[in-house]
Amino acid sequence: MIEPKDFVSKKIQEMPFSGIRKFFDVANEMDNVISLGVGEPDFITPWAIRERAIYTLEKSSIRYTSNLGLKELRVEIASYLKRKYELSYCPNNEILVTVGASEGIDVALRTLLNPGEEVLVVEPSYVSYKPCVEMAGGVPVVINTKVENDFRLQPEEILEKLTDRTKAIILPYPNNPTGAIMEREDLEKIAKVIKEHNIFVISDEIYSELTYGERQHVSIASLEGMRDLCVVLNGFSKAFSMTGWRLGYAAGPKDIISNMTKVHQYVIMCAPTISQYAALEAFRSCDKEVAKMRQEYDMRRNVMRKGFEDMGLSCFEALGAFYLFPSIRSTGLSSDEFSERLLFEERVAVVPGTAFGECGEGFIRCSYAYSIKDIKRALARIEKFLQKIR
Amino acid sequence: MEKAILDILEKDSRTSVEEIAVMLNRPVNEIFDAIADMEKNNVICSYTTLINWDKTDREYVTALIEVKVTPQRDMGFEKIAERIYGFDEVKAVYLMSGAYDLMVMMEGKNIKEISYFVSNKLSTIDAVLSTATHFVLKKYKDHGVILDKTPDEDERMIVSP
Repeated sequence: MIEPKDFVSKKIQEMPFSGIRKFFDVANEMDNVISLGVGEPDFITPWAIRERAIYTLEKSSIRYTSNLGLKELRVEIASYLKRKYELSYCPNNEILVTVGASEGIDVALRTLLNPGEEVLVVEPSYVSYKPCVEMAGGVPVVINTKVENDFRLQPEEILEKLTDRTKAIILPYPNNPTGAIMEREDLEKIAKVIKEHNIFVISDEIYSELTYGERQHVSIASLEGMRDLCVVLNGFSKAFSMTGWRLGYAAGPKDIISNMTKVHQYVIMCAPTISQYAALEAFRSCDKEVAKMRQEYDMRRNVMRKGFEDMGLSCFEALGAFYLFPSIRSTGLSSDEFSERLLFEERVAVVPGTAFGECGEGFIRCSYAYSIKDIKRALARIEKFLQKIR
Repeated sequence: MEKAILDILEKDSRTSVEEIAVMLNRPVNEIFDAIADMEKNNVICSYTTLINWDKTDREYVTALIEVKVTPQRDMGFEKIAERIYGFDEVKAVYLMSGAYDLMVMMEGKNIKEISYFVSNKLSTIDAVLSTATHFVLKKYKDHGVILDKTPDEDERMIVSP
């Protein structure tokens, strides 16, 4: 007899669950776990935004918006991108409001790919890129970045993986899980290769508000000659602590955005209306809150980095997002073994680097989206664990 | 850097110099000197604790008193304020724009004590024209802190991408 699972397509049957999920199932069953494993801010959504959502619920009937998203919101997005990153997009036809940047990834890939075309996926990186490429009928080609380059993508690494089927590259900076960033000079070097070979860039800049040190985030789309070769994905989850609101946006040349809107229109209709109204407030009155959160993350980053340094785990200087990616090679354990034993023996949840690609072997992802008190408690337990295994 | 130190101390004045040095990734002596300087210059005036006295059995009343004054030739607002803030029971004095001149915040054991102070100490100062006393019924938020707040539970999943 035919089983329900036999109806599932071969492609989806063969697709593995995310490595993170496997780990999460175990960790979630345990008590007294201190977690450094979360990929979302601990700050709650600023009150001004939540208050606007309440007001919206009270005052308006919550209906579909235009497929592209509320015009008012697109205008705000355009002016924000201009003000922050020197990006110019027309709110009428070059910005699409999506259900998180996650939808943006999916929609962009489905819009771009013909069957069998290759997409360069820079790893270690967020877990959804490869599956999304495959679901869109493309072939993911992994580029492994290296710790000796601070996990920044090098032009020759692109050249090594180019074929005549290469269509696009997903550029994930500031990076989850490594915390790596690409500065202007790094981007200029790869932009040269990208232009020469006409590769389209899907630039996932969801962590753009979270860069530390003197220099601000630079979008590759703002470099000379790159605008028409890029779609920029961003959203509200990380910058404004709005993960559960599921709201993001894509900005790009109008021929790309209008075609992405087709896909979006048929599968989503429009992003959640309440979230869209609330997000207006994010742009209008939350600059100070964002700056405060960034300052707080930066201090936690320093505390965590010093902690790892003191216990002899080497950790490159990650200048973005809210992750550190220390090397655990000196322990002789694999990422999976380290994370599993740390969880079972000292009840600290971190994510093995391998969940983000094979080149994450030898590393663990530690999130500092936690209070300094929690970070210190976790560090103390990690240190105890290290003393035991060394 | 001074601003960053102040932000940390304003939130938690118990943060040690060593901890601040790690948080800001600066040498300890630099932080030590900066704080000493700010203490000397009265940028940092005091390290206090915010207490929700309502949770204790201490009896007390807080009042906000609007005070109108006539500054006199040899006695500007400063001098009058000084006369008022000298009293121990006065917790804060602000010079205000608008309908009155000074806002005086004071604490007493009970209403009688405050009314005694207003009628005998405050109104009798020559420069004081009139007062309007408002009693505080409940404090919800003070110095940016919500007073009776249950600690936030971390509702996030333990591991997420």
